Amino acid sequence: MESLIRNQIGNSASMRTAYGAALVELGQQRDDVVVLSADVQTSDFSYMFDAAFPDRFFNVGIAEPALVDVAVGFANGGKVPFANTFAFLFATRALEMVRTHLCYSGANVKLAGAYAGLSDSFDGPTHQTIADLAILRSLPNITIVVPADSMAVRKLLPQVAAWKGPVYFRLCRNDVPEVFTENYTPEIGKGVTLTQGEDASIIACGVMVARAIQATRQLAEQNIRVRVVEMHTIKPLDTELVVRCARETGAIVTAEEHSILGGLGGAVSECLSEFCPIPLERVGVHDTFTECGPYSDLLDKYGMSIESIVAATQQAVSRKADSTTLKSFEVSKR
Amino acid sequence: MTTSSVNYELASHVYPIGMRHTPEMIADLSCRAYEYRAHVLRMVHGAKSGHIGGAFSIAEVLTCLYFHQLRLDPANPGWPDRDRLVFSKGHACAILYTVLAHRGYFSVDELSTFRTMNTRLQGHPEPSKTPGVEVAAGPLGHGVAIGAGMALSARLDGSRRKTYVVLGDGELNSGVIWEGALVGAKFGLDNLVVIIDCNGVQQTGTTHHVMPTEPVADKWSSFNWHVIEIHGHNVSEILRALDEANEIHGRPVVIIARTTKGKGVSFMENSPAWHGGIPSGAQFESALAELEDGAAKWRA
Repeated sequence: MESLIRNQIGNSASMRTAYGAALVELGQQRDDVVVLSADVQTSDFSYMFDAAFPDRFFNVGIAEPALVDVAVGFANGGKVPFANTFAFLFATRALEMVRTHLCYSGANVKLAGAYAGLSDSFDGPTHQTIADLAILRSLPNITIVVPADSMAVRKLLPQVAAWKGPVYFRLCRNDVPEVFTENYTPEIGKGVTLTQGEDASIIACGVMVARAIQATRQLAEQNIRVRVVEMHTIKPLDTELVVRCARETGAIVTAEEHSILGGLGGAVSECLSEFCPIPLERVGVHDTFTECGPYSDLLDKYGMSIESIVAATQQAVSRKADSTTLKSFEVSKR
Repeated sequence: MTTSSVNYELASHVYPIGMRHTPEMIADLSCRAYEYRAHVLRMVHGAKSGHIGGAFSIAEVLTCLYFHQLRLDPANPGWPDRDRLVFSKGHACAILYTVLAHRGYFSVDELSTFRTMNTRLQGHPEPSKTPGVEVAAGPLGHGVAIGAGMALSARLDGSRRKTYVVLGDGELNSGVIWEGALVGAKFGLDNLVVIIDCNGVQQTGTTHHVMPTEPVADKWSSFNWHVIEIHGHNVSEILRALDEANEIHGRPVVIIARTTKGKGVSFMENSPAWHGGIPSGAQFESALAELEDGAAKWRA
């Protein structure tokens, strides 16, 4: 089990370089894959596909609604289009196109949302993306996948291409700690248990997976043994695994680079309140816009530090003792 | 069930692409456009909801496309090399469904299920429900960009299939139309033909009053599209424009069809009230009589 993750987390690799390379590999494997960009290919590194397959790369300009609509046209022609722009633009400016043609009609379009979370850190809140999971998750028929490191990008991208129907693939701009070993074999729709523990479960996605693992090592020193589940697929949620974690560990913490409203925390919360109400703590952005600054410092300042995960886990575990499992309102305003 | 005076054998007749436009063919297609309007009237009257005005204005254009221009196989709606028709002005879909039924995609009887529960003929088009429908429409403005994607896809396949997009002129208010126009021109998509139903009226008033878009021809011309302007109820002009579009190389083509909203029923013509108006019993009878007269003139 431990062999899925590296013993020493900390070496970082560029997720966008991994994405560009994975796209090129995909292009070599499948000639039905086309790549479209709203003039951001030098940002998200989809330019690597352009360099390898210029005939299958299309820059539609700074026009996100057209980006999605042109991709819909390609899908109608039997192609597997990957549309590329900044994550927040799919969930906001181009949302109607996504809802109508991808979600309602099922157009087989793949959306690669670049610079998600706070990862476009120095560009600030206009470019940061903290509500995309909540917005897109509310729509029927879309599949949402959040890779946690460059290995995950490489392993999940071919599955995204092969998946029947629309997929939103959420990508980080920056170097991301390498979590997984080659033994990691994710499957869309199924969470991956990375560490065993019976006191609590941390369900994390994206860059928060590395931080969750680091948090568990601190918690182990306090004799709190924590299970870490990597939930790379936010929708459809692996509810069976969530409920099993709830029953077996009795407390859950979610950790995501997103608002605590409506994303992974929201999805897990909905699942637990219906099937297995137990103490839940959500780590993420607390319903606020953020600011510009260094990426790691921003994550720390806005509630996604390793210490925040540790504190949330302690809190969840302590609440297990309270048979009502209700959380005092004052404590929640910590 | 609708009852109809249409002779289905005649109605399903397709004039092969490339054939000479004979007077008989022109008269027949013109006559059918009126008969199809009568179906639309029955459908909207039956459902007590729907959009008549914009369906009537595009009747001749759709009839020419489906019964002469488009290479299709109704028995095999997913045939990869079929021509594509993007019906961007989705609210006017009663005429699209009527034409699809007569082209053989489904039974004409099914038209009476329009906008009812469990129907395949939804209030706005949806490809997974209705055979022959290529993309969803209703939210306006999608057609050009989607058509551009279809045309690029065809080019990538080395296919000669063409993409036709039917727009309403009210859609020109929408920014994504012009995003799509830029994309079409950038890639020189001469396998893409956009037809604008310029009926001059949208939901709350004339286009001139709501959002002036003239000079429409100059706008598209300045976006590097080849522009053809026609009388959109004149079958002969429509057929010639579609032929001309086939001869243009290196640029996409836009056909500006000057039409009349509510065409064929005097009290509906040019009236925003008939964008989404529902005829009363008396209005229904009177409209039906006018449409039958319109068809009869071409039968003579």
